[in-house]
Amino acid sequence: MIEQDWIWGLVGGLMIGSAAALYLLVNGRIMGASGILGGLIDGSGRKDWTERAAFVLGLLVMPVFLVPLYDSVNTHATQNVAILVVAGLLVGVGTRLANGCTSGHGVCGISRLSLRGIVATVFYVLAGGLAVALFKHVLEVI
Amino acid sequence: MRALSAFLSGGLFGAGLLVSGMVDTTKVQGWLDVFGSWDPTLAFVLGGAILPMAIAWRYAQGRAPRLGGAFPPQTDPRLGRNLVLGSVLFGAGWGLAGLCPGPAVASLSFGGWQGLTFLAAMLAGMAAAPPVRGWVDGIADAA
Repeated sequence: MIEQDWIWGLVGGLMIGSAAALYLLVNGRIMGASGILGGLIDGSGRKDWTERAAFVLGLLVMPVFLVPLYDSVNTHATQNVAILVVAGLLVGVGTRLANGCTSGHGVCGISRLSLRGIVATVFYVLAGGLAVALFKHVLEVI
Repeated sequence: MRALSAFLSGGLFGAGLLVSGMVDTTKVQGWLDVFGSWDPTLAFVLGGAILPMAIAWRYAQGRAPRLGGAFPPQTDPRLGRNLVLGSVLFGAGWGLAGLCPGPAVASLSFGGWQGLTFLAAMLAGMAAAPPVRGWVDGIADAA
């Protein structure tokens, strides 16, 4: 199955892009996971909270119905609590400071040739690559 | 209607994250691991996702969203320290755990205690972001 990973990557990517296109063309909003979630958390999205909550609910529930189609689904996430907590905090603070994550800046921003989206993507990919290099190959903790 | 459409969009997003393998932290970290055994899958995911969205942006020109309102205007092109600092912090966390906000929610039903722990920390980080932003701006103003 390994050699087919790129096909499933492409198919899944087209689904992600179609979801973003639906959210843009119908609701008139940017499909950014961190922005939709963050607005619910810090209260900045209070006036359209139903739309946000509905999106998060769909995101949470849909995989429940698809997981049985697979032999096994595993996030292979680390068992190290400290790493999970630190990484979660960094992702939470970072995406809100930057006003976007992989979906908002990456998918929606780059497709619009937004300078902010492209610059954000360059920086988070570089930082991600450095983090993997440091923590996997130098410190060997992940 | 807005909520229904948002629910369907979220569902399709979640299905895409599952199908593409982006809920698997080893695939994400494998893509970022340029010094190890590099996994190209994420490039296909991002490329596949940008394609329909590029068409959507083009289609949106001169039109209005189906359910009313207006399309989000092209953002302020100024880059700013929050964009750069935030992206660096996000990227570091993304590399460390292999999860970003979308997959963190999409994988919650099968991600076990690790997924719950990461999500709880991520939401706490989001709650802490407004004061952190004020602090960053304060330092920059003082400098």
